[in-house]
Amino acid sequence: MKHTIALIVENKPGVLVRIAGLFSRRGFNIDSLTVGATDNPDYSRMTITVEGDEVVLEQVTKQLNKLVNVIRVSELLPSESVERELAIIKVAARKEDRSEIMQIVSVFRAKIIDVSPRSMIVEVTGSEDKVEAMVRLLRQFGIKEMARTGKVSMVRGTKVVSA
Amino acid sequence: MSNMSGAEAIVESLKLEGVDVVFGLPGGYILPLYDALYDSGIRHVLIRHEQAAAHAADGYARATGRVGVCLATSGPGATNLVTGIATAYMDSVPMVAMTGQVPSQLLGTDGFQEADITGITIPVTKHNYLVRRAKDIPRVFREAFYIARTGRPGPVLIDLPKDVTVDDLDFEYPEICLPGYSPNLKVHALQIKRAAKALMEAERPVIYVGGGVKYSDGHKELVELAEKIKAPVTTTLMGVGCFPEDSPLSLGMLGMHGTRYANLAIQEADLILAVGARFDDRVTGKIASFAPQAKVIHVDVDPAEIGKNVRVDIPVVGDAKTALAELAKAVEPKVWSAWNELVAAWKRDHPLFYAKGGDSIKPQFVLETICKLCPEAVIVTEVGQNQMWAAQFFTHKDPKHFISSGGLGTMGYGFPAATGAKMGCPEKEVFDIAGDGSIQMNIQELATAVINDVAVKVIILNNGVLGMVRQLQDLFYEKRFTNTTLGRVPDFVKMAEAYGALGLRATRPSEVEGVLKEAIASDRPTVVDVVISPDEKVSPMVPAGASLSEILELEG
Repeated sequence: MKHTIALIVENKPGVLVRIAGLFSRRGFNIDSLTVGATDNPDYSRMTITVEGDEVVLEQVTKQLNKLVNVIRVSELLPSESVERELAIIKVAARKEDRSEIMQIVSVFRAKIIDVSPRSMIVEVTGSEDKVEAMVRLLRQFGIKEMARTGKVSMVRGTKVVSA
Repeated sequence: MSNMSGAEAIVESLKLEGVDVVFGLPGGYILPLYDALYDSGIRHVLIRHEQAAAHAADGYARATGRVGVCLATSGPGATNLVTGIATAYMDSVPMVAMTGQVPSQLLGTDGFQEADITGITIPVTKHNYLVRRAKDIPRVFREAFYIARTGRPGPVLIDLPKDVTVDDLDFEYPEICLPGYSPNLKVHALQIKRAAKALMEAERPVIYVGGGVKYSDGHKELVELAEKIKAPVTTTLMGVGCFPEDSPLSLGMLGMHGTRYANLAIQEADLILAVGARFDDRVTGKIASFAPQAKVIHVDVDPAEIGKNVRVDIPVVGDAKTALAELAKAVEPKVWSAWNELVAAWKRDHPLFYAKGGDSIKPQFVLETICKLCPEAVIVTEVGQNQMWAAQFFTHKDPKHFISSGGLGTMGYGFPAATGAKMGCPEKEVFDIAGDGSIQMNIQELATAVINDVAVKVIILNNGVLGMVRQLQDLFYEKRFTNTTLGRVPDFVKMAEAYGALGLRATRPSEVEGVLKEAIASDRPTVVDVVISPDEKVSPMVPAGASLSEILELEG
């Protein structure tokens, strides 16, 4: 089962290592991890997605809460949250394939952000599923390189995860 | 106050935290701090190996209830502290460790005597700091001491690049501001009510107590609750002393080398009240068959412990002392029951025992004799058979009078820890119950004890082997005694004398009492070499991974 955890952490050196260590020690592989600033420059927000057993995850969450530099830990349920990921994909684009790639890009409301004689870079934003679907469709042309941000997530409605 | 160096600010911070003694050994990058300590009035005890500095600070902390402080230089000095820090972490001991570090501009360059000690100690500290600016020193020290001693206590390390200790700052000791740290001390009234109701309804309750009761000073409240509802009490190794073992309600220690009656009581109980204990594998045996009939109430200050190893019916997050006091208020008195009678019969029928008589000295008899001669002594142990005999055959009554490395099981812990304990409580008699294997891991501290006049009494139960591991080979590896025979051990009497300590020896049972009396009368560090049989075993025993019901009685 996949889990999404949002953390508010102090913006200090070494915080990431402390957090990552709690996962690795228990044999968890972190699927994705994003860090970025919050409205308050003293704090950062992390979104971590991991696959794992419920009980072990509860233990990791409790241990995260014990870290002095961690202000808030919250598991975000997909059914109650909006989730977005951004990917940029360098896809091989022969002359005869270009129009088809552009059609796919248009259907996905993605963007082409770079064009060269033999390749294009496509930018796609959306849920993990949407990004996955896009990647699957582009694979037939040949994906040369891909960079994904990992998921960011936020609870719907007025509830907030903040310091 | 203004314009002092970083090192002076550290000394000032230590004074404000009430530190009276630090254990350490100097080196290049920590020299500015040593220079500031020179005429500071804070006592510095020069140990002979940094591992011993951490253990001594740990022993001091456990014996006094205050934060223990140790100090080492960068690189190897810092890495030598690590075993002692990990020992303190596993047993939740309040400690602040300071380490020197290469100057800031050399950080990460593999400078001389550089080790990434904050990186190394993340998994074995409650928190740690790499101080980047001198002006951060007062805040970091205030936070470090606060974190070390509050909530579930633990070690905090402060890494100090040399330039940070040299630079000037305006000293001001700030208020604590830690938005990510708030120990859960208060107990939830509703959970207390539920727990009290369960205790009243239970027919076969057992209170299972760990080190948390020791650290929260909750032993009086524990006695009050147990006596009010006539509940038998068993302790973990860390909880030894929290409940007087001469009480009819005492079950002694449970688990792998616990009493048969404690383990029987756990397996038959319909309710377990766990307080400040963490259901460690040495305690539970095979977890699936631990206390199969029991509902579990778990009181712990650390929410991460609740539900970690066993399913908990009634969680109570909070301070053990407060919870015990609240529970004692919430319950009605109970009378001596059929359950108490059953437990009393088990105690009568399955006592701890050993084969008496014969020519060789029985280690159990040595402990009983120490207990007879000096019942108020502080018992510090090494790790192995000596540790288990010390837990089993001394009648423990005081939570701060039994000091042992439980979680990490660190051989070599006992002697430096005993030295630290004695410095914290000079008026008390302090014994280190040792084996000939463990004592050799930090024997160099005899120099520290002699030079500082620390009259610790080291009782070496000398069997010439690594006894606990040999016992496992005897039982589970067809007596293939690979690498557990130490061969020629040093003459411990001569060794004691070489360091300037008093050395004594007993080889026959009739000599034990006389030699122990001589040791107790001595006002110097004293080593007693007690020659015992290599075949002596710790009994009873639940093999690792077996259920507590599968307890073995072993003959020496």
